[in-house]
This record gives sequence, C-alpha cells and structure tokens, in this order.
Amino acid sequence: MTDLSPSTLYLLTAIALIVIGFAGALIRRNLLKIVLGFALIDTGLHLLIAALGSNPDRTAPILNQPSLLGNPDLVVDPVPQALVLTAIVIGVGITALLLSYVIRLYAVRKSLDIREFGRLKW
Amino acid sequence: MIYLDILMCVLLVIAAAVAMGVRNLVSAAIMVGVVSLHVSYIFLRMNAPDVAMTEAAIGAGLTTVIFLVAIRRTEEDER
Amino acid sequence: MKQIFSILMVLIMGWLLVSLVPLGQPTEPGSVAQHYIQHGVEENRGANLVTSVIVNYRGLDTLGEVTVLFLSVAGAGFVLRRRDTGLRHRCRPSSEIVQTGARLLFAPTLVFGAYIFVHGHLSPGGGFQGGAVVASAVLMLLLADRRIRLPHLFMNWMESMVGFAYVLTGLAGLIVAGSFLSNQGLLPLGTWNTLFSAGVIPVIYILVGLKVGTELASLLDNMIDTGRLYASSEGDQP
Repeated sequence: MTDLSPSTLYLLTAIALIVIGFAGALIRRNLLKIVLGFALIDTGLHLLIAALGSNPDRTAPILNQPSLLGNPDLVVDPVPQALVLTAIVIGVGITALLLSYVIRLYAVRKSLDIREFGRLKW
Repeated sequence: MIYLDILMCVLLVIAAAVAMGVRNLVSAAIMVGVVSLHVSYIFLRMNAPDVAMTEAAIGAGLTTVIFLVAIRRTEEDER
Repeated sequence: MKQIFSILMVLIMGWLLVSLVPLGQPTEPGSVAQHYIQHGVEENRGANLVTSVIVNYRGLDTLGEVTVLFLSVAGAGFVLRRRDTGLRHRCRPSSEIVQTGARLLFAPTLVFGAYIFVHGHLSPGGGFQGGAVVASAVLMLLLADRRIRLPHLFMNWMESMVGFAYVLTGLAGLIVAGSFLSNQGLLPLGTWNTLFSAGVIPVIYILVGLKVGTELASLLDNMIDTGRLYASSEGDQP
C-alpha cells in the first residue's frame, strides 16, 4: 500500500464519486435524490480534473517568494486549477436551476417521484 | 501523511454512498455537504488552495443551503 | 429490467473512467502551463498564478462563465417567479439574539469578502470566493429575519453596471494594447507582491467578486423568500 502515489489515490476517489453519483441518479426515483446524484458527479469531476494536474513534489502556484520566480519545476500546473475554480461556480448555478425545476414540478404534481412525470404535458 | 489521505478518501466514498443510500433527504443533503468538505481538504493537500477555498465556500456551504431550502419547499404542503 | 440496465450502465461508466484516466505517475505541466509559470510574473506581476490565468490569460473565458452564471440564476428566478397569492408561509420569527447577532456579523462578513477579492492576486482567494462570502453574509441576514427585503433595484443596477464595466475594461485593453482584456499599458503594473500591482487584474477580480456576490445573493433570495408560491390554484391536473 505504500507504493500508492497520492494522485492515483485522488483519481480513484474521483472515479468512485462519479460512479456513485451516476448510480444514484439512475437508480433513485426521488427527483431531489437525482439532483443530489448530479451534485456528486459534479464534485467528482472537479476532483478528477484537479487531480490530473496535481503533483505531490511541487508547491502551490502562488509565487510569493523570490526563490520560486522563473523556476518552472517547483510549481504545480495552474491551468486545471483555474478550470476547476470556474467550474465549481458554474456547478452551483446549474444545481440551483435543477432545484428550481424540481420545486416547480412539485408545485404542479405534488409529488417527487420521477415515474409521475412520464407524460410530456404538465 | 498518505495514511491520512487514504482515511479521508475512504470516509469520502462512504459518505457519498450513504448520501445515495439513506432514505431521509436532509441526511442525504448533509452527506453531500460532507463530501464537498472532504474534497476541499483533498484540494488543499494537492496544493490547490484557491480551489479548496472555492469548494469550501460554495460546494460545502451554498449548495447544501440551497438543497435544504429546496427540501423544505417541496415538503411543506404535506403538513 | 430497468434496474439491470442501470447497473450495466454504471459498470460501463466505471470501466470507461478507469481505462481512460491515466492512473500512475503525476503529469508534467504542458507547454502553455510552462509559459505561464515561467513568464507569468514578469508579464502580469501578480503573485497568484491561478488568478493570472483566470483573469488575464483566460479572461474572455471568465466573462463567458460569469454570463453562464447570470443566465442560470435568471433561469432559476424565472422558474420560481413570484405569484402574489396572498399566502405567505408563516414561520416563527427567530429570537432577538439571533437577529441582533446576524446584524452584528453582517458588516464584518462583507468586509471579509471584500478583503478576499481585493487580495486575489496576492494570496489564495479572489472574486469567486469573495463573492460567495458576500452571498453568505446576505444569506445569514435572510435566514435570521424573514421580514428583510433585499434592495432588488439596487442589486439589479449594480449587477448590470459591473458586467458592463467588465466588458468596458476589456475594450479598453483592445484599444490601448490591441487585444481584448489585455494587461499591457492600461494601468501601471507596479512591483511584484504588493497590493497595488498586477495592472487590471485586481480591478477585474473586484468586478467579478461584486457580480458573483450579487448574483448568488439574488439566487438565494429567490429560493428562500418567495413566500409560499404556487398555492393550490396553480396545481391544475391535466
């Protein structure tokens, strides 16, 4: 177990999160549970993208010491972190939009069971 | 430190499984918040403090709050 | 049958992920990231490279991202739009201590959020995190006292003006330096690792922070404070 590198561990965790969220979104019938599954997929994807650029031997991409300047071997890749940072904020917007639809559907049908929403007309 | 990481990752996966398995919706939402908080710790460990801050403030804070609000607003008519 | 199909899909998804993701040695930064790490400080004078990437190198991306956030918040507000049914749900007002404490903590939390997004180019933090903290302050106020109404007119005005100022900053870069959202020649770059440095990066991140803060606050207000919308008149069964 000691030869397990941290980024492999993080990647496996991210895959587990995505699979659990996907399974929950497919198998559960409650609409709120499905949205929770999507939130888990979202978190897992953020972890996956950030873990792809991580390196345990390097430090954070904040060059506030003179020894770090102009030395590309000391700092981790800042691009995946920037992508994940914006993706998290998008994620909360999308989750809020999904939850608004759930609230609206509940107001119409008084139910959260997805089998109630088979018809297109509502 | 790797053992602490393994512990955190295992706890995280357990929390995610509980969130999808438990029947109570409030517990499930809180568990998703717990997952986000653990993920925030992992971001800190992989030297991404910016992302860790965002995940802690938005993923663990605001997302849980809007889930709780949505849960309350979809059950209040039943009483 | 459906369950078996779902489980099969989940297994396929897991297998695809495990086989696609390179599990193994950590990856090296690509050539673009190498350039950012090597020349980011001399080009932008911002200590935080993530901020430099978000605001300057991929500033157009961030502009689109803020627009997506605005659209999703507007969509949520449209779906949850207020119907004046006269019914508001009745909840017990919170105690005096909670209300006073929330009012007392509101201003320091706002200042903390402002601190986070003003120092985005020096330390971890920035517009998105600071905006979330500002929205949390508003959320605390909303949860403590249900009678509080947010100044919607002011918030709409500020949101539009801030978005407009973001585009205007980009256009100024286009005029002065020849590329949209450019950081060269618009403001003095200053010295590295001080508060007044990095040219337009702090200006844009402050604008992003204000925009994200007002958007998330109005989202939370929409979700919490619509009263009991859709009373029974709305529930017409087809």
